Parts: sequence; structure tokens; C-alpha cells
Amino acid sequence: MRVFRTKHANREAAISTAALPDIIFMLLFFFMVTTVLRKSDENLKYKIPTAEQLKQIEQKSLITQISIGTPNDSERFGSEPRIEADGRLIDVKDIVPFIMKEKDKLPTYSRDQIIVLLKADENVPMGIVSDVKQELRKANARRIIFAASWKLKGRK
Amino acid sequence: MNQDLLLFTRACDYEWKIKAMKFFQRKKTEINSSSMADIAFLLLIFFLVTTTIQTNQGLSVTLPPHSDKPPETLIHDRNLYKVQINSRNNVMVEDQPFESLEKLHAEVKEFILNYGKDPGLSDNPEKAVISLKMNRGTHYKKFIEMMDALQGVYYEIYGERVGLTAEQFRSLDLRLADQKAKYDRARDGIPMRISIAEPNKVN
Repeated sequence: MRVFRTKHANREAAISTAALPDIIFMLLFFFMVTTVLRKSDENLKYKIPTAEQLKQIEQKSLITQISIGTPNDSERFGSEPRIEADGRLIDVKDIVPFIMKEKDKLPTYSRDQIIVLLKADENVPMGIVSDVKQELRKANARRIIFAASWKLKGRK
Repeated sequence: MNQDLLLFTRACDYEWKIKAMKFFQRKKTEINSSSMADIAFLLLIFFLVTTTIQTNQGLSVTLPPHSDKPPETLIHDRNLYKVQINSRNNVMVEDQPFESLEKLHAEVKEFILNYGKDPGLSDNPEKAVISLKMNRGTHYKKFIEMMDALQGVYYEIYGERVGLTAEQFRSLDLRLADQKAKYDRARDGIPMRISIAEPNKVN
């Protein structure tokens, strides 16, 4: 028996994919622009703790980052928590010179407003964090941000 | 002879015409762009994987100025709210074992906004000091957790004074005059005095 077919029955319903490359390119550009290739991830591994009372710092030019964590290359640097600044592992006594160097990069009027973003692994002991804090006080870099990420499960 | 030549040229002419027509009628050459999406996808995936969106967010703290000898400050016991964490991450609040963050939150708020009513709590918010003391072995995570809770109390108080939530208060933009005014009004008379004491070395 002959099956009657309408004129359109054979036609495939196709979604036009012509705009697909454009969409993908837009996403691509977004990620290209937001990507920050940092050199500081090389030496230490750290997972910053979570918190709720986070403040976003807008004056990006004033921020200097110091991180504390366990070295990736434990054969060379051991497994004790270390301090890293500007892509290098440093000792506690090197913090004051480092901060002074960073302050010199800022304009004179905002040198004492330097903000130190302290990125420490959640499992480092407070001893080393406190040592860093003391050095920062000596260097008169008193504004500190204890880096933390957003806690997903709210307390209320 | 002449006739032949004429026919021949006509034939040639005709052939040429067909060739020319075919040449112009054929499809335009175009670059196949169907793989463009794939290329873009590949790049996209690369950037997706390598992206770490830099965050400048965290708990904001201003340290006291440096001095060689520890400052001799006498704080009346009623104005001091002690939170201690030992090397095993156990918390003591006012010499009592820590129970829950909700309880701590409520107690600290009561302590700050006491205004001399309860003799066991602070005289007024300006004198009230919250002391957070740790051991050198305390995990940073625990410190951040307690710090977060304590700062949360202050932000909530500040927010309530100007009719904002703690979150809205934290995100006030101090570069704008009206928001700065709100910020100053909220903080007026209630300084955030959370003292982070030097951790002791004894285990």
C-alpha cells in the first residue's frame, strides 16, 4: 500500500548552528580576558579556608600577595609550611625587605596603605601565620586580608 | 572552403561560450568554516581549564602598630571577652567550653551592646574588647572560623544601625560619599576591637 507523504515529511528539522561559533567565541573571549596567568602557583599548594564575612577589596593596585602553604616539590623544599612572595620561597626575615620593595612601587601618598593579601592553607599552624603578621607590623603594612573563599552552606 | 571555416569558427565560438558560461555559473569557492566551532571549542576548553578567577576577598583586619615591648593595657575583666583556641583546635569561650557558633554570636552581641546593664558584661561598646588567643599549633582554618564569627557580630550590629543586613554593610563602597557616610555612621562609637593575641608556645 502506498504511503501518502506530505511534501514536508522528508525534510529534517535542523537547528541552525550558524551562530554557534559566535557564541563559543564570546565565551572564549570572556575566559581569555578573565584569565590571570599567575606564577605564584608553582611553588606552594594551598587551599584557602572558607568564611562568610568576606570583604571584596577594590583598590587592586595596593594589593600585595603573600602565600603560606606546603611546597609542591617536597624533595627540595621539605614538607613544612613555607612562605612565598613574588613567586619565590622566602624566609620570615625576608618579609620586611619584600614589603619595603613593594611599597617603593606604589606612589608616595599611598605607601602606608598597602594591603597584604595573605593566602594561607587552611591546615597551616597559626605559628607561621603569626610570625608573618609580626613582620608585617614591623614593616608597617597593617592592612591585611586573610584570603578566604565563600562558604556555601550559610549559618542562617 | 569558406563555408567550412565559418562553421568551424562558429563551433569554436560556441564551445568557448559554453566554457565561459560554465565558468561563471559554477559555485563560488568558499572556505569551509564548519570546523571553526571546533577550533573555538578547543581554545575555550583550554582557557576554562587554566582560568583561576583571581579573588581579592577575605577577612579584612587592621593590625596594631609595631612596638618592641608589649603594651601595658589594663582592661577591666568585664570589658574583655576571651576566646581561646588550643593546639588541638578546641575552643574556650570565657573559660567555658565552646558550644555552638549561634550561641557565641548571641553572647558576643549581648556583650558588646550591654551598655553597663549586666555587671558581668561590657561597660560600653567603645571599651569592649574581644580577645582571640591561639596556640602556635592551632590550625589556621579554626582561627578563620572564629574570626569570621566574631567579625560577623560586628557587621550585623553595624548593619542594624543603618538599616542594612551584614552583607549589605560589608559591600558598601567607601569611594561613594553617601555610602561612606552610612559606613561612618554605623561605626561611630562602636569600634571593631578584636584583638588577635600573640599565640603562646606552650603546648
